[in-house]
Amino acid sequence: MDTIDARPRVRVPRTASPGEVVQIRTLANHPMENGERIDADGNRVPRHIIHRFVCTFNDETVIEMDIEPSLAANPFIEFEAEVPESGTFHFAWHDDNGDIYEATADIEVA
Amino acid sequence: MISRRHFLQASLAASALLGPAASGQWGRLAAQQRLSQGDLLDFDTFGNITLIHLTDLHAQTQPIWFREASVKLGAGAARGQPPHLVGADFLDHYGLEHTSAMAHALTHLEFEALGQAYGRMGGLDRIATVVNAIRADRADALLLDGGDTWHGSLPALRTGGQDMVTLMNALGVDAMTAHWEFTLGAERVDEIVSGLPFAFLGQNIFDTDWNEPVYEPYKLFERGGALVAVIGQAFPYTPIANPAWMFPDLSFGIREERMQAMVNEVRGQGADLVVVLSHNGFDVDRQMAARVQGIDVILTGHTHDALPEPLLVGETLLIASGSNGKFVTRLDLDVQGGRMTGFRHRLIPVFADAIAPDPEMAALVAAERAPFAEELAEVLGHTDSLLYRRGNFNGTWDDLICTALMEERDAEIALSPGVRWGPSLMPGDPITREDVFNVTAMTYGAAYRREMTGAEIHGAMEDIAENLFHPDPYFQQGGDMVRVGGLGYRIAVDKPMGERITDLTHLATGAPLDMGRAYTVAGWASVTQDTEGPQIWDVVSDHIRKQGRVHVPENKTIEVVTG
Amino acid sequence: MNISRRHVLAVGSAGLAVTLLPMPAQAAVDAGELIARFTGGAAPVDGPLTITAPQIAENGNAVGVEVACPGAKSIRILAPANPNPEVCTVHFGPRAGSHMLSTRIRMAETMDVIALAEMEDGSFVQASARVRVTIGGCGG
Repeated sequence: MDTIDARPRVRVPRTASPGEVVQIRTLANHPMENGERIDADGNRVPRHIIHRFVCTFNDETVIEMDIEPSLAANPFIEFEAEVPESGTFHFAWHDDNGDIYEATADIEVA
Repeated sequence: MISRRHFLQASLAASALLGPAASGQWGRLAAQQRLSQGDLLDFDTFGNITLIHLTDLHAQTQPIWFREASVKLGAGAARGQPPHLVGADFLDHYGLEHTSAMAHALTHLEFEALGQAYGRMGGLDRIATVVNAIRADRADALLLDGGDTWHGSLPALRTGGQDMVTLMNALGVDAMTAHWEFTLGAERVDEIVSGLPFAFLGQNIFDTDWNEPVYEPYKLFERGGALVAVIGQAFPYTPIANPAWMFPDLSFGIREERMQAMVNEVRGQGADLVVVLSHNGFDVDRQMAARVQGIDVILTGHTHDALPEPLLVGETLLIASGSNGKFVTRLDLDVQGGRMTGFRHRLIPVFADAIAPDPEMAALVAAERAPFAEELAEVLGHTDSLLYRRGNFNGTWDDLICTALMEERDAEIALSPGVRWGPSLMPGDPITREDVFNVTAMTYGAAYRREMTGAEIHGAMEDIAENLFHPDPYFQQGGDMVRVGGLGYRIAVDKPMGERITDLTHLATGAPLDMGRAYTVAGWASVTQDTEGPQIWDVVSDHIRKQGRVHVPENKTIEVVTG
Repeated sequence: MNISRRHVLAVGSAGLAVTLLPMPAQAAVDAGELIARFTGGAAPVDGPLTITAPQIAENGNAVGVEVACPGAKSIRILAPANPNPEVCTVHFGPRAGSHMLSTRIRMAETMDVIALAEMEDGSFVQASARVRVTIGGCGG
């Protein structure tokens, strides 16, 4: 499978108050080949997707997501996290080809 | 003599007056009388704020003929309500005299005969005269452009809309919203917007990656001691009705919740008057007015309706100012302490023979046209028939275009988009290259030729009919019914999707359309990228040149059933 | 063009009733069977699950869908008429700030997009939203 330049991007507030619920938004570049597409030569393009996404905060799970081929290309994932203290969000996108695309974001809670 | 009561005035406290019972109060321009500029512009300035609304100009800078629709069916609750009344029903609803100047401006009735009496309408130089006259009454009147301005003519196509940008800047627009503008491509729109001396508004335009607003949602103006908020609403279904690949990073939609949030936001900033400058289309605006609280005025657009009175939904005034430069709306408002307490309204018909051209604007328009003068003036042939498009189904212009597609592209069936723009031509008129561009100019005009099965044709027609006749206005998107050539059909507009279109007949043979057979189909305005074929204006021009004189009989191959 | 008006009351009211019914989706798999596959056959019960999607998709390749269900362990999104009806399943961890997810999905055609939440007690809650996918064109 091809190597993908996923350029994972996240939008996380820089600051929050203790226990606040904050909005998290993420984007990754990925064709999310669903295994159905026929290319210009008439050949079926094999499945190649991001199949799993995990977000943790200070090593505790925020969400885990199992992803199937009907998610749109360039996955956009928005959810909410509760932040009891300052710390670091870690994001991981798991590609069918074995690659893991990662991003982190710090938040200051005061 | 013209009655001086040709504007509707009401205190909102007496809003019960605004039902059809009030229609008789609407003054009339008597039949066959000589129109004068003074009478057309007469208006006793009222209140403390004046709005001037102009929309759906479609780059028409010259006086034109424009026959209004004879078939403009509403769906669901809109059936039989303005703006879906046509002809005599429309005139009677508003108490307008048949054969009067306003009857000619607003309906299709006796269009050819009355046209000889009243002449062409529109022309940006005449519009400038109207705008200047209003500004003479109230210097700080707000001029609001509802969009579909930078598209629809040969000069606009060739200059990427620059001719219209230059001319509208000279006219002195205060804010605009948009639809067809985006078919210039997002980069071109942004290039123009970055240099606009006024606000380009669209609260419902977001980017497709982070889903964040791209353009300013509103602008605040201080007028007459009051704070006026103008919120822009672009055409919600631009990426569906037009080629999304030309603006792949933009998402639209009605975004009603954000509209409410913007109304609340501007009210929070002290707005005394909230105006929505909309390209939703009238029925969508009517529904939005009922669902979003706190809008005083919606300046409607997109569906090209012209109404001689505001339509009141709750306490929201809906204004419909027509298209192609035929009308300018003047709306004077009394706004005190955060409330609109009264209004005076006039839909000003821009009769080109009665309203003197503004010399400065006339010179600017001439300069914009000069590079294309020779091509614009080329006479391709003449028409023996009234050529028009406006209406739910095939007009004669559409039939001519479909015939050109079938003959020039050697196709069995033709498809032509049900757009609402495109001026008319009178019997006997020459058909110029300009006229052909006025009904075809666009940035995706390739005339394709392909095979489609009968089932595919039927499926496409059902899909488009659903977009037009869905009983919920929020599902109505795009234009009128696709125009067809070589094909007859029956449409039961009130049936559900999949059951509306029946009796499809291949006219060349008289046989029912064979669902399993492949037909050669020619069409244009495909939203698919990399569509190949000659440009539609060349196809139509070639056909007209060969014909010399064109004769387009009334279309009797489409049967429309309601109920 | 001929317009005929048939003012037959019975036809009119029957027509209205029909238009209120959703068009049957050309489902690749039966939605009920699909749901049963994930619930182990248990019938979904009422619950606080919401699914928000546009009534009309601008682009069937990326349709924004938001699901939320207080008290859910996980929420699955299904697009039954797609060649691959499964879209995704989100599991909420201890640091989740709410039980919501917003994402974009593929839709091959007009259909009811389904959300299926598994609650803490092992029961399932179902909700759906109809999204129209149109061929578009035709300007305006």
